[in-house]
Amino acid sequence: MTSGATSTTVLSENDISRALTRIAHEILERNKGGTDLVLLGIPTRGAPLARRLGERILDAEGRPEAPLAELVGTLDITMHRDDLRRNPTRALEPTRIPPVGLDEKVVVLVDDVLYSGRTIRAALDAISDLGRPRAVQLAVLVDRGHRELPIRADYIGKNLPTSRSERVSVRLTELDGSDSVVLSS
Amino acid sequence: MRHLLSAGDLSRAEAVEILDTTSTMAATQSREIKKLPALRGLTVVNLFFEDSTRTRISFEAAAKRLSADVINFSAKGSSVSKGESLKDTALTLAAMGADAVVIRHQASGAPHRLATSGWIRTPVVNAGDGMHQHPTQALLDAFTMRRHLVGGGEGGDGVGEDLTGAKVVIVGDVLHSRVARSNVDLLHTLGAHVTLVAPPTLLPVGVDTWPCAVSYDLDASIADVRPDAIMMLRVQRERMSSAGGGFFPSPMEYSRRYGLDGTRLAALPEHCVVMHPGPMNRGLEISAKAADSPRSTIVEQVANGVAVRMAVLYLLLAGGTPTEGSR
Repeated sequence: MTSGATSTTVLSENDISRALTRIAHEILERNKGGTDLVLLGIPTRGAPLARRLGERILDAEGRPEAPLAELVGTLDITMHRDDLRRNPTRALEPTRIPPVGLDEKVVVLVDDVLYSGRTIRAALDAISDLGRPRAVQLAVLVDRGHRELPIRADYIGKNLPTSRSERVSVRLTELDGSDSVVLSS
Repeated sequence: MRHLLSAGDLSRAEAVEILDTTSTMAATQSREIKKLPALRGLTVVNLFFEDSTRTRISFEAAAKRLSADVINFSAKGSSVSKGESLKDTALTLAAMGADAVVIRHQASGAPHRLATSGWIRTPVVNAGDGMHQHPTQALLDAFTMRRHLVGGGEGGDGVGEDLTGAKVVIVGDVLHSRVARSNVDLLHTLGAHVTLVAPPTLLPVGVDTWPCAVSYDLDASIADVRPDAIMMLRVQRERMSSAGGGFFPSPMEYSRRYGLDGTRLAALPEHCVVMHPGPMNRGLEISAKAADSPRSTIVEQVANGVAVRMAVLYLLLAGGTPTEGSR
Protein backbone atom coordinates (compact mmCIF):
# COMPACT_ATOMS: atom_id res chain seq x y z
CA MET A 1 0.00 0.00 0.00
CA THR A 2 2.92 2.34 0.74
CA SER A 3 5.05 0.91 -2.06
CA GLY A 4 6.18 3.46 -4.58
CA ALA A 5 9.27 5.43 -5.44
CA THR A 6 8.82 7.78 -2.52
CA SER A 7 6.23 7.77 0.19
CA THR A 8 5.78 10.28 2.95
CA THR A 9 3.61 9.95 5.99
CA VAL A 10 1.63 13.19 5.99
CA LEU A 11 -0.60 12.42 8.96
CA SER A 12 0.38 10.26 11.93
CA GLU A 13 -1.97 8.53 14.34
CA ASN A 14 -1.87 11.56 16.66
CA ASP A 15 -2.43 13.98 13.77
CA ILE A 16 -5.53 12.05 12.67
CA SER A 17 -6.85 11.97 16.22
CA ARG A 18 -6.35 15.74 16.67
CA ALA A 19 -7.91 16.50 13.29
CA LEU A 20 -11.00 14.45 14.10
CA THR A 21 -11.36 16.08 17.52
CA ARG A 22 -11.14 19.52 15.92
CA ILE A 23 -13.68 18.58 13.21
CA ALA A 24 -16.08 17.22 15.85
CA HIS A 25 -15.92 20.56 17.67
CA GLU A 26 -16.30 22.51 14.44
CA ILE A 27 -19.41 20.51 13.58
CA LEU A 28 -20.91 21.27 17.00
CA GLU A 29 -19.95 24.93 16.76
CA ARG A 30 -21.33 25.44 13.27
CA ASN A 31 -24.61 23.67 14.07
CA LYS A 32 -24.97 25.08 17.60
CA GLY A 33 -24.95 21.67 19.27
CA GLY A 34 -25.60 18.09 18.33
CA THR A 35 -29.38 18.02 18.12
CA ASP A 36 -30.74 17.11 14.70
CA LEU A 37 -27.30 15.93 13.56
CA VAL A 38 -26.83 12.75 11.52
CA LEU A 39 -23.35 11.62 10.48
CA LEU A 40 -23.22 9.38 7.41
CA GLY A 41 -19.93 7.68 6.60
CA ILE A 42 -19.28 6.65 3.02
CA PRO A 43 -17.88 3.07 2.92
CA THR A 44 -15.35 1.88 3.23
CA ARG A 45 -13.14 4.32 5.14
CA GLY A 46 -15.72 7.02 5.72
CA ALA A 47 -17.69 4.62 7.92
CA PRO A 48 -15.14 4.24 10.76
CA LEU A 49 -14.30 7.95 10.50
CA ALA A 50 -17.97 8.82 11.00
CA ARG A 51 -18.10 6.55 14.05
CA ARG A 52 -15.04 8.23 15.55
CA LEU A 53 -16.49 11.67 14.92
CA GLY A 54 -19.77 10.52 16.47
CA GLU A 55 -18.00 9.32 19.62
CA ARG A 56 -16.17 12.64 19.93
CA ILE A 57 -19.38 14.62 19.43
CA LEU A 58 -21.18 12.61 22.14
CA ASP A 59 -18.18 13.10 24.45
CA ALA A 60 -18.07 16.83 23.83
CA GLU A 61 -21.80 17.06 24.47
CA GLY A 62 -21.33 15.24 27.77
CA ARG A 63 -23.46 12.23 26.87
CA PRO A 64 -20.92 9.50 26.04
CA GLU A 65 -23.47 6.79 26.94
CA ALA A 66 -25.94 7.80 24.23
CA PRO A 67 -26.35 5.15 21.51
CA LEU A 68 -24.02 5.89 18.60
CA ALA A 69 -26.41 4.25 16.12
CA GLU A 70 -28.88 7.12 16.60
CA LEU A 71 -26.26 9.65 15.48
CA VAL A 72 -24.09 7.75 12.99
CA GLY A 73 -24.94 5.70 9.91
CA THR A 74 -23.37 4.57 6.67
CA LEU A 75 -24.35 5.48 3.12
CA ASP A 76 -23.39 3.23 0.23
CA ILE A 77 -23.23 5.23 -2.98
CA THR A 78 -22.13 2.47 -5.37
CA MET A 79 -25.37 2.35 -7.36
CA HIS A 80 -25.34 6.13 -7.79
CA ARG A 81 -21.79 6.34 -9.21
CA ASP A 82 -21.37 7.85 -12.66
CA ASP A 83 -18.52 5.45 -13.49
CA LEU A 84 -20.44 2.29 -12.57
CA ARG A 85 -20.29 0.91 -16.07
CA ARG A 86 -16.64 1.78 -16.64
CA ASN A 87 -15.45 -0.61 -13.97
CA PRO A 88 -16.01 -4.25 -13.10
CA THR A 89 -19.06 -4.81 -10.92
CA ARG A 90 -18.50 -3.45 -7.43
CA ALA A 91 -19.72 -5.21 -4.34
CA LEU A 92 -22.39 -3.29 -2.46
CA GLU A 93 -21.83 -2.06 1.08
CA PRO A 94 -24.63 -1.75 3.61
CA THR A 95 -26.52 1.52 4.04
CA ARG A 96 -27.59 2.09 7.64
CA ILE A 97 -29.64 5.16 8.36
CA PRO A 98 -30.34 6.08 12.01
CA PRO A 99 -33.94 5.17 12.91
CA VAL A 100 -34.97 8.85 13.09
CA GLY A 101 -34.45 9.17 9.34
CA LEU A 102 -32.99 12.12 7.46
CA ASP A 103 -35.98 14.44 7.09
CA GLU A 104 -35.27 17.91 8.53
CA LYS A 105 -31.92 16.72 9.93
CA VAL A 106 -28.49 18.21 9.34
CA VAL A 107 -26.61 15.46 7.55
CA VAL A 108 -22.82 15.49 7.71
CA LEU A 109 -21.30 13.28 5.03
CA VAL A 110 -17.97 11.80 6.12
CA ASP A 111 -15.33 10.48 3.73
CA ASP A 112 -11.58 9.90 3.90
CA VAL A 113 -10.29 11.73 0.80
CA LEU A 114 -11.95 14.46 -1.25
CA TYR A 115 -10.60 14.37 -4.81
CA SER A 116 -12.77 14.73 -7.95
CA GLY A 117 -15.96 15.30 -5.95
CA ARG A 118 -17.81 12.63 -7.92
CA THR A 119 -18.31 10.40 -4.88
CA ILE A 120 -19.96 13.28 -3.06
CA ARG A 121 -22.21 14.02 -6.03
CA ALA A 122 -23.31 10.37 -5.96
CA ALA A 123 -23.84 10.63 -2.19
CA LEU A 124 -26.06 13.69 -2.63
CA ASP A 125 -28.18 11.70 -5.09
CA ALA A 126 -28.35 8.76 -2.70
CA ILE A 127 -29.46 11.07 0.13
CA SER A 128 -32.28 12.55 -1.92
CA ASP A 129 -33.71 9.03 -2.30
CA LEU A 130 -33.70 8.58 1.47
CA GLY A 131 -35.27 11.80 2.64
CA ARG A 132 -35.01 15.58 2.64
CA PRO A 133 -32.42 16.84 5.12
CA ARG A 134 -32.52 20.47 6.25
CA ALA A 135 -28.89 20.79 5.20
CA VAL A 136 -26.05 18.57 4.02
CA GLN A 137 -22.47 19.27 5.06
CA LEU A 138 -19.25 17.49 4.17
CA ALA A 139 -16.38 16.43 6.43
CA VAL A 140 -13.22 14.87 4.97
CA LEU A 141 -9.94 13.79 6.53
CA VAL A 142 -7.88 14.88 3.51
CA ASP A 143 -8.68 17.33 0.71
CA ARG A 144 -6.23 16.66 -2.09
CA GLY A 145 -7.67 19.08 -4.66
CA HIS A 146 -8.33 18.44 -8.38
CA ARG A 147 -12.09 18.89 -8.18
CA GLU A 148 -14.10 18.02 -11.29
CA LEU A 149 -17.42 19.26 -9.90
CA PRO A 150 -18.49 22.37 -7.97
CA ILE A 151 -18.23 20.71 -4.56
CA ARG A 152 -16.31 21.79 -1.45
CA ALA A 153 -15.87 20.42 2.04
CA ASP A 154 -17.17 22.18 5.17
CA TYR A 155 -14.74 20.45 7.53
CA ILE A 156 -11.23 19.41 6.45
CA GLY A 157 -8.67 17.44 8.43
CA LYS A 158 -5.77 18.46 6.21
CA ASN A 159 -5.42 20.29 2.92
CA LEU A 160 -2.90 18.32 0.94
CA PRO A 161 -1.65 19.79 -2.33
CA THR A 162 -0.99 16.84 -4.63
CA SER A 163 -0.33 16.13 -8.27
CA ARG A 164 -2.68 13.77 -10.09
CA SER A 165 0.05 11.16 -10.38
CA GLU A 166 0.45 10.93 -6.62
CA ARG A 167 -1.50 8.53 -4.45
CA VAL A 168 -3.05 9.26 -1.09
CA SER A 169 -3.54 6.18 1.10
CA VAL A 170 -5.61 6.49 4.24
CA ARG A 171 -5.09 3.66 6.69
CA LEU A 172 -7.40 3.24 9.67
CA THR A 173 -7.01 0.92 12.64
CA GLU A 174 -10.50 -0.58 12.19
CA LEU A 175 -9.69 -1.82 8.68
CA ASP A 176 -5.91 -1.72 8.24
CA GLY A 177 -4.51 -2.24 11.72
CA SER A 178 -3.02 1.23 12.19
CA ASP A 179 -3.75 4.91 11.58
CA SER A 180 -1.83 6.92 8.99
CA VAL A 181 -2.16 8.97 5.83
CA VAL A 182 0.60 8.30 3.32
CA LEU A 183 1.38 10.24 0.15
CA SER A 184 3.26 8.22 -2.45
CA SER A 185 4.40 9.00 -5.96
CA MET B 1 -20.26 -14.56 -13.61
CA ARG B 2 -21.39 -13.80 -17.15
CA HIS B 3 -24.76 -15.60 -17.23
CA LEU B 4 -26.97 -17.25 -14.65
CA LEU B 5 -28.03 -20.54 -16.22
CA SER B 6 -27.91 -23.10 -13.44
CA ALA B 7 -27.70 -23.00 -9.67
CA GLY B 8 -25.12 -25.76 -10.02
CA ASP B 9 -22.72 -23.39 -11.83
CA LEU B 10 -22.35 -21.14 -8.80
CA SER B 11 -19.38 -21.48 -6.48
CA ARG B 12 -19.88 -20.98 -2.77
CA ALA B 13 -18.25 -17.54 -2.98
CA GLU B 14 -20.44 -16.46 -5.91
CA ALA B 15 -23.58 -17.68 -4.20
CA VAL B 16 -22.72 -15.87 -0.96
CA GLU B 17 -21.94 -12.71 -2.97
CA ILE B 18 -25.38 -12.85 -4.58
CA LEU B 19 -27.06 -13.42 -1.20
CA ASP B 20 -25.13 -10.50 0.36
CA THR B 21 -26.05 -8.23 -2.54
CA THR B 22 -29.65 -9.39 -2.12
CA SER B 23 -29.51 -8.30 1.49
CA THR B 24 -28.54 -4.76 0.44
CA MET B 25 -31.22 -4.73 -2.26
CA ALA B 26 -33.85 -5.98 0.19
CA ALA B 27 -32.97 -3.13 2.56
CA THR B 28 -33.67 -0.57 -0.17
CA GLN B 29 -37.11 -2.04 -0.77
CA SER B 30 -38.48 -0.85 2.56
CA ARG B 31 -37.72 2.77 1.66
CA GLU B 32 -40.21 5.28 0.43
CA ILE B 33 -38.27 5.64 -2.84
CA LYS B 34 -37.47 2.11 -3.96
CA LYS B 35 -35.94 2.95 -7.30
CA LEU B 36 -32.16 2.87 -7.71
CA PRO B 37 -30.26 4.29 -10.70
CA ALA B 38 -27.81 1.42 -11.18
CA LEU B 39 -29.07 0.11 -14.55
CA ARG B 40 -30.27 3.38 -16.03
CA GLY B 41 -30.31 3.30 -19.82
CA LEU B 42 -30.14 -0.50 -20.07
CA THR B 43 -32.85 -2.68 -21.53
CA VAL B 44 -33.85 -6.03 -20.04
CA VAL B 45 -35.96 -8.34 -22.19
CA ASN B 46 -38.24 -10.84 -20.48
CA LEU B 47 -38.49 -13.63 -23.04
CA PHE B 48 -41.21 -15.95 -21.79
CA PHE B 49 -42.05 -18.97 -23.94
CA GLU B 50 -44.06 -20.42 -21.07
CA ASP B 51 -46.69 -18.60 -19.05
CA SER B 52 -45.47 -17.54 -15.64
CA THR B 53 -47.01 -14.35 -14.39
CA ARG B 54 -45.36 -14.50 -10.98
CA THR B 55 -41.80 -14.97 -12.19
CA ARG B 56 -42.23 -12.45 -14.99
CA ILE B 57 -43.58 -9.67 -12.81
CA SER B 58 -40.89 -10.41 -10.23
CA PHE B 59 -38.16 -9.95 -12.86
CA GLU B 60 -40.00 -6.94 -14.25
CA ALA B 61 -40.24 -5.30 -10.82
CA ALA B 62 -36.55 -6.06 -10.16
CA ALA B 63 -35.39 -4.52 -13.44
CA LYS B 64 -37.61 -1.46 -13.00
CA ARG B 65 -36.45 -0.87 -9.41
CA LEU B 66 -32.93 -0.65 -10.85
CA SER B 67 -34.12 1.86 -13.49
CA ALA B 68 -33.70 -0.50 -16.46
CA ASP B 69 -36.23 -0.45 -19.27
CA VAL B 70 -38.19 -3.68 -19.59
CA ILE B 71 -39.57 -5.28 -22.71
CA ASN B 72 -41.91 -8.21 -22.13
CA PHE B 73 -41.95 -10.74 -24.90
CA SER B 74 -44.29 -13.66 -24.46
CA ALA B 75 -44.60 -16.47 -26.94
CA LYS B 76 -48.38 -16.30 -27.05
CA GLY B 77 -49.58 -13.96 -29.75
CA SER B 78 -46.05 -13.21 -30.91
CA SER B 79 -43.92 -14.19 -33.88
CA VAL B 80 -43.03 -17.39 -32.02
CA SER B 81 -46.59 -18.67 -32.42
CA LYS B 82 -46.09 -18.07 -36.15
CA GLY B 83 -43.17 -20.49 -36.11
CA GLU B 84 -40.15 -18.27 -35.48
CA SER B 85 -37.14 -20.17 -34.15
CA LEU B 86 -35.30 -19.33 -30.94
CA LYS B 87 -32.37 -18.21 -33.07
CA ASP B 88 -34.38 -15.69 -35.06
CA THR B 89 -36.06 -14.40 -31.92
CA ALA B 90 -32.62 -13.94 -30.34
CA LEU B 91 -31.26 -12.12 -33.40
CA THR B 92 -34.29 -9.82 -33.35
CA LEU B 93 -33.76 -8.99 -29.69
CA ALA B 94 -30.04 -8.37 -30.27
CA ALA B 95 -30.87 -6.04 -33.15
CA MET B 96 -33.26 -4.10 -30.92
CA GLY B 97 -30.44 -3.48 -28.44
CA ALA B 98 -31.29 -5.73 -25.52
CA ASP B 99 -28.69 -5.57 -22.73
CA ALA B 100 -29.85 -8.70 -20.92
CA VAL B 101 -32.28 -11.50 -21.67
CA VAL B 102 -34.34 -13.25 -19.01
CA ILE B 103 -35.65 -16.44 -20.52
CA ARG B 104 -38.32 -18.93 -19.44
CA HIS B 105 -38.66 -21.89 -21.80
CA GLN B 106 -40.47 -25.21 -21.71
CA ALA B 107 -37.41 -26.98 -23.14
CA SER B 108 -34.56 -27.84 -20.77
CA GLY B 109 -31.35 -26.26 -22.01
CA ALA B 110 -32.88 -23.42 -24.05
CA PRO B 111 -31.19 -20.71 -21.89
CA HIS B 112 -27.85 -22.50 -22.28
CA ARG B 113 -28.32 -22.61 -26.04
CA LEU B 114 -29.16 -18.91 -26.11
CA ALA B 115 -26.13 -18.01 -23.99
CA THR B 116 -23.54 -20.10 -25.81
CA SER B 117 -24.69 -20.06 -29.43
CA GLY B 118 -23.22 -16.66 -30.25
CA TRP B 119 -26.62 -15.38 -31.46
CA ILE B 120 -26.66 -12.78 -28.76
CA ARG B 121 -23.82 -11.34 -26.68
CA THR B 122 -25.75 -10.15 -23.64
CA PRO B 123 -25.97 -11.85 -20.25
CA VAL B 124 -28.69 -14.51 -20.13
CA VAL B 125 -30.67 -15.27 -16.97
CA ASN B 126 -32.51 -18.56 -16.73
CA ALA B 127 -36.00 -17.97 -15.35
CA GLY B 128 -36.88 -21.66 -15.52
CA ASP B 129 -36.25 -24.16 -18.31
CA GLY B 130 -38.23 -27.37 -18.68
CA MET B 131 -37.59 -29.80 -15.86
CA HIS B 132 -34.04 -28.55 -15.50
CA GLN B 133 -33.25 -25.41 -13.49
CA HIS B 134 -34.74 -22.30 -11.90
CA PRO B 135 -31.70 -20.69 -10.27
CA THR B 136 -33.26 -17.44 -9.02
CA GLN B 137 -35.90 -19.47 -7.15
CA ALA B 138 -33.17 -21.47 -5.43
CA LEU B 139 -31.32 -18.25 -4.57
CA LEU B 140 -34.41 -16.63 -3.06
CA ASP B 141 -35.11 -19.79 -1.06
CA ALA B 142 -31.52 -19.84 0.20
CA PHE B 143 -31.74 -16.14 1.07
CA THR B 144 -34.97 -16.71 3.00
CA MET B 145 -33.43 -19.66 4.87
CA ARG B 146 -30.27 -17.73 5.67
CA ARG B 147 -32.26 -14.79 7.02
CA HIS B 148 -34.26 -17.03 9.36
CA LEU B 149 -31.77 -19.72 10.30
CA VAL B 150 -28.47 -17.79 10.37
CA GLY B 151 -29.39 -14.13 10.63
CA GLY B 152 -32.07 -14.56 13.29
CA GLY B 153 -35.05 -13.23 11.34
CA GLU B 154 -35.61 -9.58 10.45
CA GLY B 155 -32.66 -7.28 10.75
CA GLY B 156 -29.68 -9.60 10.51
CA ASP B 157 -29.40 -11.41 7.19
CA GLY B 158 -26.38 -13.53 8.04
CA VAL B 159 -24.25 -11.50 5.63
CA GLY B 160 -21.11 -13.35 4.58
CA GLU B 161 -22.40 -16.68 5.93
CA ASP B 162 -23.49 -19.81 4.11
CA LEU B 163 -25.97 -22.47 5.29
CA THR B 164 -23.49 -24.96 6.75
CA GLY B 165 -25.27 -27.56 8.84
CA ALA B 166 -28.83 -26.44 8.02
CA LYS B 167 -31.21 -29.35 7.48
CA VAL B 168 -33.75 -28.90 4.71
CA VAL B 169 -36.55 -31.25 3.72
CA ILE B 170 -38.06 -30.81 0.25
CA VAL B 171 -41.38 -32.60 -0.27
CA GLY B 172 -43.38 -33.29 -3.38
CA ASP B 173 -43.16 -33.73 -7.12
CA VAL B 174 -39.37 -33.81 -7.47
CA LEU B 175 -39.60 -35.49 -10.88
CA HIS B 176 -41.17 -32.49 -12.63
CA SER B 177 -39.61 -29.84 -10.43
CA ARG B 178 -36.81 -27.57 -11.59
CA VAL B 179 -37.16 -25.84 -8.21
CA ALA B 180 -36.11 -29.04 -6.43
CA ARG B 181 -33.12 -29.58 -8.75
CA SER B 182 -31.91 -26.01 -8.37
CA ASN B 183 -32.38 -26.09 -4.61
CA VAL B 184 -30.48 -29.34 -4.18
CA ASP B 185 -27.55 -27.92 -6.20
CA LEU B 186 -27.40 -24.59 -4.42
CA LEU B 187 -28.11 -25.82 -0.89
CA HIS B 188 -25.39 -28.46 -1.31
CA THR B 189 -22.94 -25.75 -2.45
CA LEU B 190 -23.87 -23.68 0.60
CA GLY B 191 -23.26 -26.59 2.96
CA ALA B 192 -26.84 -27.54 3.88
CA HIS B 193 -28.12 -31.11 4.15
CA VAL B 194 -31.06 -31.78 1.89
CA THR B 195 -33.56 -34.61 2.17
CA LEU B 196 -35.98 -35.12 -0.70
CA VAL B 197 -39.30 -36.73 0.25
CA ALA B 198 -41.60 -37.98 -2.51
CA PRO B 199 -43.52 -41.02 -3.64
CA PRO B 200 -41.25 -43.30 -5.73
CA THR B 201 -43.18 -42.46 -8.90
CA LEU B 202 -42.39 -38.74 -8.50
CA LEU B 203 -38.63 -39.16 -8.16
CA PRO B 204 -36.45 -38.97 -11.27
CA VAL B 205 -34.17 -41.76 -12.41
CA GLY B 206 -30.67 -41.16 -11.05
CA VAL B 207 -31.80 -39.22 -7.97
CA ASP B 208 -29.46 -41.44 -5.93
CA THR B 209 -26.50 -39.64 -7.55
CA TRP B 210 -27.71 -36.21 -6.37
CA PRO B 211 -25.92 -34.71 -3.37
CA CYS B 212 -28.88 -35.32 -1.01
CA ALA B 213 -30.77 -37.98 0.91
CA VAL B 214 -34.03 -39.46 -0.41
CA SER B 215 -37.02 -40.77 1.51
CA TYR B 216 -40.52 -41.99 0.69
CA ASP B 217 -41.92 -41.31 4.15
CA LEU B 218 -42.67 -37.75 5.27
CA ASP B 219 -43.54 -38.52 8.91
CA ALA B 220 -40.34 -40.53 9.40
CA SER B 221 -38.29 -37.77 7.77
CA ILE B 222 -39.73 -35.09 10.02
CA ALA B 223 -38.98 -37.24 13.07
CA ASP B 224 -35.48 -38.32 11.96
CA VAL B 225 -34.11 -35.23 10.23
CA ARG B 226 -35.62 -32.61 12.58
CA PRO B 227 -35.52 -30.08 9.70
CA ASP B 228 -34.68 -26.38 10.04
CA ALA B 229 -36.73 -25.68 6.92
CA ILE B 230 -39.37 -27.66 5.09
CA MET B 231 -40.24 -26.84 1.51
CA MET B 232 -43.48 -28.08 -0.01
CA LEU B 233 -43.43 -28.34 -3.81
CA ARG B 234 -46.45 -27.68 -5.92
CA VAL B 235 -48.25 -30.82 -7.08
CA GLN B 236 -50.39 -30.63 -10.18
CA ARG B 237 -53.75 -32.31 -9.81
CA GLU B 238 -53.55 -33.49 -13.43
CA ARG B 239 -50.69 -35.78 -12.53
CA MET B 240 -52.96 -37.74 -10.19
CA SER B 241 -55.23 -39.08 -12.88
CA SER B 242 -54.28 -41.88 -15.25
CA ALA B 243 -54.64 -39.44 -18.15
CA GLY B 244 -52.00 -37.20 -16.59
CA GLY B 245 -49.46 -39.99 -16.26
CA GLY B 246 -50.92 -41.84 -13.27
CA PHE B 247 -48.16 -40.81 -10.89
CA PHE B 248 -50.41 -41.15 -7.86
CA PRO B 249 -53.82 -42.75 -7.27
CA SER B 250 -55.68 -39.68 -6.00
CA PRO B 251 -55.17 -36.16 -4.65
CA MET B 252 -56.67 -37.26 -1.32
CA GLU B 253 -54.14 -40.04 -0.90
CA TYR B 254 -51.30 -37.70 -1.79
CA SER B 255 -52.50 -35.16 0.71
CA ARG B 256 -52.75 -37.81 3.48
CA ARG B 257 -49.23 -39.12 2.94
CA TYR B 258 -47.30 -36.08 1.71
CA GLY B 259 -49.33 -32.99 2.58
CA LEU B 260 -48.25 -30.63 5.35
CA ASP B 261 -51.29 -30.70 7.64
CA GLY B 262 -51.78 -29.47 11.20
CA THR B 263 -50.42 -32.66 12.80
CA ARG B 264 -47.21 -32.62 10.79
CA LEU B 265 -46.86 -28.88 11.35
CA ALA B 266 -47.00 -29.51 15.11
CA ALA B 267 -44.40 -32.29 14.79
CA LEU B 268 -41.84 -29.94 13.21
CA PRO B 269 -39.15 -28.41 15.42
CA GLU B 270 -40.12 -25.06 16.97
CA HIS B 271 -37.80 -22.99 14.75
CA CYS B 272 -38.51 -24.78 11.45
CA VAL B 273 -39.76 -22.48 8.71
CA VAL B 274 -42.40 -23.57 6.19
CA MET B 275 -41.64 -22.69 2.58
CA HIS B 276 -43.42 -23.03 -0.75
CA PRO B 277 -42.34 -21.66 -4.13
CA GLY B 278 -45.95 -20.88 -5.09
CA PRO B 279 -48.50 -21.00 -6.46
CA MET B 280 -49.97 -23.16 -3.70
CA ASN B 281 -52.70 -25.77 -3.86
CA ARG B 282 -54.22 -25.25 -0.44
CA GLY B 283 -55.53 -28.52 0.90
CA LEU B 284 -53.38 -30.63 -1.41
CA GLU B 285 -49.66 -30.34 -0.63
CA ILE B 286 -50.12 -27.76 2.12
CA SER B 287 -53.02 -27.10 4.49
CA ALA B 288 -54.35 -23.58 5.00
CA LYS B 289 -53.24 -23.84 8.62
CA ALA B 290 -49.63 -24.46 7.61
CA ALA B 291 -49.68 -21.88 4.83
CA ASP B 292 -51.02 -19.15 7.11
CA SER B 293 -49.02 -20.05 10.21
CA PRO B 294 -46.48 -17.54 11.55
CA ARG B 295 -43.72 -19.97 10.56
CA SER B 296 -44.68 -19.76 6.93
CA THR B 297 -42.27 -17.66 4.85
CA ILE B 298 -44.33 -18.00 1.68
CA VAL B 299 -45.23 -14.32 1.29
CA GLU B 300 -41.74 -13.25 2.35
CA GLN B 301 -40.30 -15.50 -0.36
CA VAL B 302 -42.15 -13.44 -2.97
CA ALA B 303 -40.67 -10.19 -1.62
CA ASN B 304 -37.21 -11.77 -1.43
CA GLY B 305 -37.65 -12.92 -5.03
CA VAL B 306 -37.64 -9.32 -6.24
CA ALA B 307 -34.52 -8.53 -4.17
CA VAL B 308 -32.69 -11.64 -5.42
CA ARG B 309 -33.48 -10.79 -9.04
CA MET B 310 -32.30 -7.22 -8.46
CA ALA B 311 -29.03 -8.60 -7.11
CA VAL B 312 -28.58 -10.95 -10.07
CA LEU B 313 -29.32 -8.24 -12.64
CA TYR B 314 -27.05 -5.82 -10.80
CA LEU B 315 -24.14 -8.26 -10.64
CA LEU B 316 -24.53 -9.29 -14.29
CA LEU B 317 -25.14 -5.85 -15.75
CA ALA B 318 -23.88 -3.00 -13.61
CA GLY B 319 -20.18 -3.44 -14.24
CA GLY B 320 -18.76 -2.89 -17.69
CA THR B 321 -16.72 -5.61 -19.36
CA PRO B 322 -14.27 -5.11 -22.23
CA THR B 323 -16.58 -6.83 -24.72
CA GLU B 324 -19.39 -4.46 -23.86
CA GLY B 325 -17.18 -1.36 -23.91
CA SER B 326 -18.55 -0.24 -27.25
CA ARG B 327 -22.02 0.25 -25.82
